Parts: sequence; C-alpha cells; structure tokens
Amino acid sequence: MEVKAVGKVGEVYRVSGPLVVGEGIRPRMYDVCFVGEEGLMGEVVGLVGEKTLIQVYEDTSGIKPGDRIENTGMPLSVELGPGLIKSFYDGIQRPLPGLKEVSGDFISRGLHVPGLDRKKNWEFNPAVKKGDKVKGGDIIGTVQETEVVEHKILVPPYVGESTITEINGGKFTVEDTVAVLDDGTELKLYHKWPVRQARPYIEKLPPLIPLITGQRILDTLFPVAKGGTAAIPGPFGSGKTVTQHQLAKWSDAHIVVYIGCGERGNEMTEVLEEFPELIDPRTNKPLMERTVLIANTSNMPVAAREASVYTGITIAEYFRDMGYDVSIMADSTSRWAEAMREISGRLEEMPGEEGYPAYLASRIAEFYERAGRVKTLGGSVGSVSVIGAVSPPGGDFSEPVTQNTLRIVKVFWALDAKLAARRHFPAINWLQSYSLYTDTLKEWYDENVAADWSELRKWAMEVLQEEANLQEIVQLVGSDALPESQRLLLEVARLIREVFLQQYAYHPVDSYCSPQKQYDMLKGIKEVNDMFFKALEQGKLIDEIINVPGKEEFARAKFEEDYKTALQNAIETMRKALFGE
Amino acid sequence: MGMKEYKTINKVAGPLIFVEKTEPVGFGELVTVSLPDGSTKRGQVLDTSKDVVVVQVFEGTRGIDTSSTVRFTGDIVRLPCSKDMLGRVLSGSGNPIDGGPKIVPEERREIIGAAINPYARQYPREFIQTGISAIDGMNTLVRGQKLPIFSGSGLPHNDIALQIARQAKVRGEGEEFAVIFAAMGITNEEAYHFMKDFERTGALERAVVFLNLADDPAIERILTPRMALTAAEFLAYEYDLHVLVILTDMTNYCEALREMSAAREEVPGRRGYPGYMYTDLSTIYERAGRIRGRKGTITQFPILTMPGDDITHPIPDLSGYITEGQIVLSRELHAKGIYPPIDVLPSLSRLMKEGIGEGMTRDDHVQWNDQMYAAYAEGVDLRGLVAIVGEEALSDRDRKFLRFADEFERRFVQQGKYEDRDIEYTLDLGWELLSMLPEAELMKIERKFIEKYHPAYRKKTAAGEEAAEAAA
Ligand SMILES: Nc1ncnc2c1ncn2[C@@H]1O[C@H](COP(=O)(O)OP(=O)(O)OP(=O)(O)O)[C@@H](O)[C@H]1O
Ligand SMILES: [Mg+2]
Repeated sequence: MEVKAVGKVGEVYRVSGPLVVGEGIRPRMYDVCFVGEEGLMGEVVGLVGEKTLIQVYEDTSGIKPGDRIENTGMPLSVELGPGLIKSFYDGIQRPLPGLKEVSGDFISRGLHVPGLDRKKNWEFNPAVKKGDKVKGGDIIGTVQETEVVEHKILVPPYVGESTITEINGGKFTVEDTVAVLDDGTELKLYHKWPVRQARPYIEKLPPLIPLITGQRILDTLFPVAKGGTAAIPGPFGSGKTVTQHQLAKWSDAHIVVYIGCGERGNEMTEVLEEFPELIDPRTNKPLMERTVLIANTSNMPVAAREASVYTGITIAEYFRDMGYDVSIMADSTSRWAEAMREISGRLEEMPGEEGYPAYLASRIAEFYERAGRVKTLGGSVGSVSVIGAVSPPGGDFSEPVTQNTLRIVKVFWALDAKLAARRHFPAINWLQSYSLYTDTLKEWYDENVAADWSELRKWAMEVLQEEANLQEIVQLVGSDALPESQRLLLEVARLIREVFLQQYAYHPVDSYCSPQKQYDMLKGIKEVNDMFFKALEQGKLIDEIINVPGKEEFARAKFEEDYKTALQNAIETMRKALFGE
Repeated sequence: MGMKEYKTINKVAGPLIFVEKTEPVGFGELVTVSLPDGSTKRGQVLDTSKDVVVVQVFEGTRGIDTSSTVRFTGDIVRLPCSKDMLGRVLSGSGNPIDGGPKIVPEERREIIGAAINPYARQYPREFIQTGISAIDGMNTLVRGQKLPIFSGSGLPHNDIALQIARQAKVRGEGEEFAVIFAAMGITNEEAYHFMKDFERTGALERAVVFLNLADDPAIERILTPRMALTAAEFLAYEYDLHVLVILTDMTNYCEALREMSAAREEVPGRRGYPGYMYTDLSTIYERAGRIRGRKGTITQFPILTMPGDDITHPIPDLSGYITEGQIVLSRELHAKGIYPPIDVLPSLSRLMKEGIGEGMTRDDHVQWNDQMYAAYAEGVDLRGLVAIVGEEALSDRDRKFLRFADEFERRFVQQGKYEDRDIEYTLDLGWELLSMLPEAELMKIERKFIEKYHPAYRKKTAAGEEAAEAAA
C-alpha cells in the first residue's frame, strides 16, 4: 500500500451495538468510515489513544473484530441541489424510495444510494455571465425544481471571490459542470456541506414577521416569528405530531422540512399519502411541491436518528441561503437526545442528569441557534424557523430535555394531557404557554390584519385568566353561588375555549384558519360578550342569556366556507332574541 | 462455517458469561453453551472484541461453570417457520412443547426483523369491529394498528384480549386470519385460561402460541415477542393472512430487559430501566402494520400491567410513545363491577379517524364521538364538584351531565363477556344516552345528524311513517 493510505484502512477491535471501536486508522472527529465487507456507514465520535470510536448508522449484527474499516477522511455531509424538494430521506439523506428499489419493503444493510438523483436532467438558466465576479453564496442561475420552487444555484459558501470564465444554460444533471471559475473551479448544480457545521451568513436580522400557521391558538395567542424557535412539549397522545403536521401543512413558509426523528412509521406514511393531495392555500398547488421529508423512525438505527436533525437543518439553511423562508419541524427532539444518550452510554462517557451526556444542553442550544432570519451571503433575506416537539418521560416538564429546550426557544406551546383526554384540541394549555415574540409581532398584526388585533388578543387572554381564577372558587362553592356577571364571564370564556381555541385538525374547512378569519371570529365573540352584558344590565335573566337561540349556530359558523355570513346570522338571531329588534 | 469451541469462560454474572481468547466472533451471533451435565443452553453475543466476548444466555446461567463449552455458530438467532405452525404451542424460544412433531421449516427467518421502509407502508384504515362499545365507538381499532391495553394487576385484561380475539372481524369479509399469542412471564393459571378458551372456541387451529411462563427463564422473554412477530410476518407476508398478535405481559418483558442491563452494569435510565428501552420496544411494536402491495397485515394487541397503576411509569409511558393509542383499564370502574372497565378518557386510538365515518362505520360517528367524549368528560368533572359542594349546588343542566356519565358507564361501557355488539347498536345506544341532555348542548353535532339519529326525531319519523301508512 502507498504511504498516503497509512491510517486510512484499519480494523475492528470491538463491537457493542451501534458502537464500533477501530484501530489502525487515524481519522479526525466526525470523519465518515465504512465498516466491514458490506461497508456499513459510520461516523467517528471519539478518539481514545490508538483507538477510534465509530457510531454506525446501520445494524452491526455479524461485524467482528478484525473486519476492515476504511476512513473516507470526509465529514458526514449532505448533497444540496435540485431534487431535494419532494424527497423522502432517511436520517443520513438516503432516499427511501431508492432504498426500496434496491432492497424491497424492508431496509437491509450496506445500501448506498446518493441523496440526489444522478440521472435526472434539469433546465439551468444562468443569471450571471462570463466575466462576472462571484463569491460564495452568490446565485449563478436557477432551475425550476417544482411548480412552486425556483431553485437558485449557489456558489458554494467556501468559494472566494472569483471571475466566471465559462457558464452555460441548458439541460444538466447535478454532476455536470455548468460554470467554471478563473482558478479552474468547476461549479455544478449541487455541492456538499457537512451537516454538523452551520452554513454561514452575513448577519442575523430581528424577527419582525410572524410565521402564519393557520392555527388560532398559535397565531393569535402565542405566535412564532419567521426565523424564530418554538418548542411543543407534551406527554404521549397530547397532540405534538398533529400540531407539527398542521404546521407543515399550513405555515406560510416557502419551504418546509419535516423530520420524523425516532417516531412512528405510519405517521410519515400519512404525510406521504396526504401531502400530494392537499392544496396549499397560497400557491394553489399540492403541498408536497414545497416539502422535504426526513424519516428515521424509532426502529431504524439510532445513530442515523442522531444525525437526522442535522441533515434536516442543513437542508433548511441551504434554502434559506436562496432567500427563502423555511420552516423545519423536528418530531421529536427527545428521541434525538436519547440517541445521543445511548451513544454516550456506549462510549462510557461520564453521564450527566438522567444519564444524558453533559453536552446535552450545548447540543440543543447549537441546534436551535441555527434558526434565524438572516442576511444571506448572496445579499438577500431568508429565514429558518425551527419548531421542535419534546416528549418528556411521564409528561413531566422538569426533565432535562424540556428544560434545556425551554432555556433556548422563544415560544412554548405546552400540551396538556387533561385537555387531550377531554378532546379539547389542540390541547395547548393557554395559561402555561407563552410567546416572547408577542410584542415584536404586534405591529405586524395591527398593520396587516386589523388595527385592534392586539387589543382583542389582550381582552381574550384576560377573560381566560379571569376564568381560571373563578374556576377555583367554583370548585369550592359551585357556580350557582357566583354573582351573575361572573357567571356570564364564565360563559364567554367557554365560547373562547370551545369556539375559538378548539380547532379540529381533520375538519376540511376548519383545519386552516386565515388571520382574517381568526380576527373575525374573536371579534364576533367580543360582540356576543358585549350583547350578553348589555342584556344583563337591562335586567334579562342569566339563564335566558346563556341559552339564547343562535348560540349553537354561532359555535358552528367556523365550519362553513362562508363563515362570515354564518357568524353574522347567528349574532343577529341572538340580538333579536335578547333585544327584540 | 468455522464452529470453534472454547472452554475459556472467565466470568459469569447474572445472565451473562464472559468468554476470552476467541477467534473473531460476530456481534449478535448465536451461541450454544454445553454444560458438564450434558445439557445445552442458547445465547447471543452482546459485545465482542479482540479480548473478550460477552454472551447473554437465554435460559439463564444456572449450572454454567468455567468448564462449560461455548460454541459460536456463526449464525444469528432464527425461527424455523412453516404454515404448520398454526395450531401449535411453542416455548418462549420457539421449540414445540405440545408433544407434537418437529416443525419442518419452509424458511428459517432471522428474528430481528429489519425495519419496514416507511415508504413501503400503507396507512391502516380498515375498521375492525371488536363488538365492544367502548372500543368500537370511542376508540376504534383498525387493521394494522398497534393498540395496547394498559392494565393493572388483577384487572380483567385477559378476558378483554380473549373477547377481542373471539369477536374481531372486518365486516363483509370472510378473509383468513390468524392469532399469534405470546405469553411472557404470565402464570400457569393465566396461560391455562387462555389455552382453554382457544381450545373451546376452536381458535387454536388458527393460532400459534408461544409460552414463556413465570417459572421459565426470564431472559428468554427477550426472544419471545420477536419469535412471535417473526411468525406473524411469515404468515402475513408469505401466506397473506391477517394476523392479530397478542403480547402479554410486556411488563415482564421490560423487567427482563432491566435485569440484562443491570448485569451489564450499564448506566441506568429512569427507574433503573435501560436508556435504550424506547428503541428496544419500538423494534417490537413497529413490526405492526400494512405494506403496500401485500395482502397480509399485522395488528398488535400488547398487554401490559402498569406497576402501581401508574401510567407515567416508564413501561406504559414508553409504550404509549410508540403505539398508536392505548386502551386504559380503571380499577375504579372494576370496583364498580363494570366489565370491561375501560376508562375512555385516557384511552385513545390514533388511527380511528381514517377508519370511521361514512362507508366505514356510519356518517355520524366522528361528531358523535366528539360529543360523547365532551359530555362524559363534563360529567366526570362534575363528580369532583359534587364531592365537595353536594349535588344540590348543581344546576339542572349540570345534573343531567352527571346522570349522563353514570349511564355511560353502566349501559354503554358495561357489557357481557360474550356480548358482541355491532357498530350500529353501539352508536344508537350512544344516541339514546345523548338524548338525556338538552338538545342545545349537542354543539358538536351537525343538525342533519341530530335529525337523522336523535331518538326524538327518529320516533317522530317512525310515527310519521306509520301514520302515513295507515292513511294509505
Ligand atoms: N388539533 C387536533 N385536532 C384533532 N385531533 C387532534 C388534534 N391534536 C391531537 N389530536 C388527537 O390526538 C391524538 C394524538 O395526537 P398526536 O399523535 O399528535 O400525539 P403526540 O403528542 O404526537 O403523541 P406521541 O408523543 O405519542 O407521538 C391524535 O391521533 C388525534 O386523535
Ligand atoms: Mg407524536
């Protein structure tokens, strides 16, 4: 063997589950290695003396001491270029349809399928010409990737300022050279980027625009900004996945990256069957046309699960660098943390809280730090919003993953098992949740939806808070003992909860609620509130007010395509019954 | 295959043996250990290196000493599979124990199933009628779902599992089905109860039974569910059968896992269970499902007893995070004499939404379900209030909800062990209960369904039709 190859090939010393200890190679941390005859892919996660610790992304059954290890000398990277949209990847960017083609319905081992289709031809339209100066992050042309996504071909971030000496339009595969720089560098439609390294940008910008999700409790009460971070912790069955799916469907991002990290296979199948059928209310095209899916389900190898969130966020950053607003959902970050814990345990590292590695907090922080609204290297503005589900053991929010996440994210949507058991969906607790963006986004809502938006929001929150206080009294003395005005307030609070906050994800009309409709509904409730209290002042009996005809109609108006008319009719019915005009 | 034998055991610890100075041994390899008394035990490689190989012995390490012989087979654990398994009783590690002939394998399948490619899955949406109202109406099961029963010691989970095994059907189909029953650490008496019922109803012919009883080696339990699911996959994917897999008791499985982990001196996770228990359980539960282009399906009914009736205990907790819902049994309902004591509030079927409604169960089912939940939850909440302020302090409306909750438990949830209710009966019974409430309270149901199914209108239309007939 040549001198150069020394340290490139070594052998297995020990195998313990997903952890393989090698000897005879001299890798750097995070280099990718291939283990055994089948070439199982793994990543270096530790160097101890002469030994190399490798986490292997596939099942290691049958690997034995003495088996060959080959170090690629390259860190774990993803391929970034046309073909990402509509893809369905595993945690290390292997296309699952491609894996099915080579290994059938079950995933076998040692499969190598590239992330981007090598054969597909893309129509490339240059945006710069020979002699133009370009640098890392600049756009050299475009490819219409799907009906709704114009893929901007970027100069890889690591390229310094250069001059284009050749550039051609036409049909190319991702590996063809489309442009040449003066130093001889050939630019292709794609480039690679190491997943554990954040892609560079010029500066972070303040998050001033909301990410509209179409979910009333989120947009109105606890909004997240474009480029912001949110966490949605909750016990099993409380609605993390349904909420994440709702965000993937309806949020007004240009690109959505959805990561099923250590969760159920069927939940990904659901997305896969549903998204091509669902129409994006903004583009009128199927939702799949803007979506990238990553699935490393719970029963797939844990090391690849650990990598999946990095694969996802790197793809998200790449689209951000084109000037797009990208939102990324990770369901669930707890499974990612557990994967870290499992590997760390095998490495016999000193365990921290609940067996998690001591670096848990910093890993979580680093991940969410990759969110943001930024000025890109190319000079445009793009954003990555990150929404992470958290699955606390026993639903106890004091555990390390929830706590470390809440320390870093700006929005907290607290799921509540009690609400879920009562089928109050989304089961987000309105008293416990918060958004630190409320003040910064206020201006946008007041300007773009209605001038009294934030006033209305404040009113609703006050009613809900007052309800909680009164409930404590009711628990002691019963509601009949309350003064009439307070009983009426409880009724209004009930309307806010059941009509406004409850939103059934599977209802064809109510699944998505535009900000305008959110406003109209809340305004309607306020109007009912004012009517109720006026009637009380005029001496109407409380039972008469509470059982006023039109209330059911009002409650069901949100299910109508023409909700406005339905709301107005219901309010009119109530007004007539109460005041007789 | 170089089958080398070694007499180099240098340590035995709990279920583990440590073997030195071996040729390279593969991770996960099947091992046989021959004892001085001539008996043999099987095991599997958990950790392998140039210095020492760690083996977990399924039948326990009792009797193993340093003079025992260890043989590495170069293969991994497999189950001999054949359609002739149907009707047979096997041990927890797959050997016939019913005195019948050896099973001539058509195929020897690895028991560690490879993960189903999520791209190959088909979303489950076929309604399975179990004949139990609290399940069919409130938490509907579909074919290919994994829906565990969260129970407590002494509660009738076995009766419910048996009732489901007896009654479950996809309506309008006479398709072939099979039951796989895997017992892990249950008592002889419980096992007898199951076997008796299987024999009596003739279900045994369509069943494969794996028995690891309370006095069988605990570590064998780590194999049992995997054996069972391997048999299930064989029958579902090679013979197009619809397979119902009952795994009981998953709590004993998890205890065995904890024992293994402690023996390996691993850093323990919550309450001493290993940190990888979620992943481990998922490799069992995720083997349920359906695959595009294949006719057979695997539906899983794992049963687990919640230690101390605590749903936040790691065993139910981690299971609930993987399964597609749960049926929760309540000691309180059981004490009230209600069978099946299913507490619908913490129960959930995540896959029901695609399996119910027009063309599957009935057009009103979705909204009916929503309303039934809301009404029952309200009634249960009011009980708490009544306990403090007394029923007198309640309004008339509230009293109706209170009554609704009582009737819901007594008439809707409660039914006979051999009572097989069809879905129409279940839904109509629900309507009857809902008619106890003021109609204006049925805010979750559209007018058209109220007019179609509410007893008040049904009587009217029935009476109207009669009148019309009489007139004609
Ligand atoms: N907005 C909603 N509208 C209607 N149903 C909902 C909604 N949110 C949750 N649900 C119901 O709750 C069930 C559980 O929700 P989901 O699967 O999202 O829970 P989860 O928090 O992700 O649980 P796990 O941690 O086990 O994955 C769903 O199957 C659905 O029936
Ligand atoms: Mg979920």
